[in-house]
Amino acid sequence: MGRTLREIGRYPSAVFGVFIIGSLMGLAIYTVITIPYSRAIDLWRATNPAWTVNPRNAWPIWLDFFTPKKLPRTILADLGNAEVREEASGDRKKVELVVPVEFTYDDFPSEITLFLRTTGVASGTRVRYSAVWENPLGQRIELAANRSMRGSEDYYISQDPKLMAEFGVPGEYALFSDVTVRIPAAQRAALKGTYRLRIQADLPKEAQLGGQLVVYGRVHGWAGTDHQRRDLTVALMWGAPVALAFGLLAALGSVLSTFVLAGVGTWFGGWVDGLFQRLTEINMIIPMLPILIMIGQFYSRSLWLMLGVVIALSIFTGGMKTYRAMFLQAKEASYIEAARAYGAGNARLIFRYLLPKMIPVILPTLIMVIPGYVFLEAALSVIGLGDPLLPTWGKIISDARTADALYKGYYYWVIEPAIFLMLTGFGFAMVGYALDRVFNPKLRTL
Amino acid sequence: MRNFLRVARYSVVKALLLGFAVVVAVFITILIVNMGGRLDNIRKQEILNQVSLQITTNPANQELPASEIRRMIEEQARLEYRRLGLDKPFLVRTAAYLTNAITLNLGRSENLLSDTMSREVRRIILERLPSTLVLFGTSSILLFFTAVFLALGLSRHYGSWFDRLVVSLAPTSTAPGWFYGIFLILIFAAVLRILPFGGMVDAPPPKETGAYVLSLLKHMILPVLSMFIGGLAASVYSWRTFFLIYSSEDYVELAKAKGLSSRAIERRYILRPTLPPIITSFTLMVIGMWLGAIILESVFNWPGMGSLYITAVNLSDTPTVVGINVIYGYLLAGSVFFLDFVYALVDPRVRVGAGEKKGV
Repeated sequence: MGRTLREIGRYPSAVFGVFIIGSLMGLAIYTVITIPYSRAIDLWRATNPAWTVNPRNAWPIWLDFFTPKKLPRTILADLGNAEVREEASGDRKKVELVVPVEFTYDDFPSEITLFLRTTGVASGTRVRYSAVWENPLGQRIELAANRSMRGSEDYYISQDPKLMAEFGVPGEYALFSDVTVRIPAAQRAALKGTYRLRIQADLPKEAQLGGQLVVYGRVHGWAGTDHQRRDLTVALMWGAPVALAFGLLAALGSVLSTFVLAGVGTWFGGWVDGLFQRLTEINMIIPMLPILIMIGQFYSRSLWLMLGVVIALSIFTGGMKTYRAMFLQAKEASYIEAARAYGAGNARLIFRYLLPKMIPVILPTLIMVIPGYVFLEAALSVIGLGDPLLPTWGKIISDARTADALYKGYYYWVIEPAIFLMLTGFGFAMVGYALDRVFNPKLRTL
Repeated sequence: MRNFLRVARYSVVKALLLGFAVVVAVFITILIVNMGGRLDNIRKQEILNQVSLQITTNPANQELPASEIRRMIEEQARLEYRRLGLDKPFLVRTAAYLTNAITLNLGRSENLLSDTMSREVRRIILERLPSTLVLFGTSSILLFFTAVFLALGLSRHYGSWFDRLVVSLAPTSTAPGWFYGIFLILIFAAVLRILPFGGMVDAPPPKETGAYVLSLLKHMILPVLSMFIGGLAASVYSWRTFFLIYSSEDYVELAKAKGLSSRAIERRYILRPTLPPIITSFTLMVIGMWLGAIILESVFNWPGMGSLYITAVNLSDTPTVVGINVIYGYLLAGSVFFLDFVYALVDPRVRVGAGEKKGV
């Protein structure tokens, strides 16, 4: 074993491969510990309220390295931290909140929404409020005048038709530029400085006004967000354990069962061997992917069911023929003759003598088939048959494709999962090719 | 003549085996699609609903008593079941489905329509088959010849920097064609905007043949290239190994000593014995490519059988799903048979016949 490792060390690509696999395993373990299975599924639900304060389709923050501009991050201005002035009159009171927003970025935010929440207001009663926006130049824009709301309101400033009509540009452009300028949104520049949102409300005496002003940025997190505001980091991280588990289990399951069955078949020969041979020839032209697609559509898309079917359909494949040829040679070896002479039974001969001898031969194959299964899982997700709950790399690509990400220029959405897939594939392949040369010396000289 | 007979016998045995494999594949398909008879029950229920709707809404039946209407509905539904063969036991039904499918009697689709508004599954598939064949024929042929010549060239310049480059690129083939397709779309369609995102021809399709072919070629570049990249490095790598093994044989040394030109040596002594293993590995690759086609076509919106299959599966259009699986089965078996036949032609051991039995 030590010698093998040393030999692998002689191939730089293999060392790199081992490094990649190691990092992915580390990531997978870290992910499973920090974001447990049930939490990941819960998080990835599009309706999860955790995502409402994320921008839609935001690039990752590393986009900053490639542009001279400093792109806006999301600013969360909590109304609870605002300057408050209260004026009581009888059983009601007038409240004024001033929320400062520090804006230092070179581009406009992607969206602005005001989430107003009240506590202590009896259900069914309405509350009236006014909101005024003040930019660093001291210009004021009236957002809401004596508007009524129930206990809470989500005011989508970017979609306010009144602002659009008044300024000719969507809300976020109107609010963050000089109001006296009348040029198309694309030519405008955002004003830097301190903005203020003033909210005045008429509330019952014991009620409280709170909530949040969200100025959505154009970049978010290390992975960006998708069309449903979900942070892609979660899916990229969870993709690692899913891909590794699927690839490793499928490879182990199929290669080991092929290996054992090939050994048994060759050992007994006769009709068993013939049956396995014919099964292999038939199975080779059974269309595996169409069958998986049908199962995904008609029965269940669960990853684990797919895994089972994949293993079952991969047992009688090309490997059967290769191993058979090797076992036929090994069967005649003298140590087997010797073991037979002292009276070892069939099972003992197969599992203690025949199979262990060949393990070095299947090890490279075992590693080399892993990427194939990882990409198979991704392929199923890409055509929309991925596991319905778990976030995976293939599902990110699938979402991106249905949302026309490439056409609309959200390249990060496709590149990120693709790079992870590629790293996984190449990592295992590099190690596999190196192992192949170490264990099959005939190739080494070539 | 004797050789011909042996190749013929070998081919017949192969054809029988492959034919059996197709039957098994189609049988599995039918079992899965029918969900062990559940789908038939759903269809029965649908027919019953349809029939009862028809009869109860017919003004001519308004006057009839309820029992009479119920009798009419049952009678009509029974006739409909019989027409569709739903009244027979499960095994008989399955066997009937199987014979229909194998004999390419594919029936009528439930939801899908062909471009000429036909419901004939055969026509729907035949409409899509050429586009798939064009794409995969082109890429397989391109891939095969490029890989053989590259591999041969590399084995000749064994150890050169180009050789080492290709060897180190071999792991790139672990990623399938569709995966490279996404990158190619990103680069050539999204960023550079010089090639189309997908589809087979411009919309609306050009009327003149010349313009049509040009448009088709333009749309074919990316999908063909993705399959090419996906398959090239690994094939070149493994075929180069075959060439190297055979070029170190003693008879090659002898031929060299005799002063034969390197071209003659390559053709007669290296290429010839290497072809059988190369064909075997190519066969496996073609099988993989046929199935990879489903994903590739959907990535490139290529209007072939693969994208049709996904549409059909999503609509649960069982006759079309079964039909496409049958065609896939035949295509796979056909490819394997053709390559086996070529194998028999180039491999003297198969030609001498007895080799098959005497060997391992």
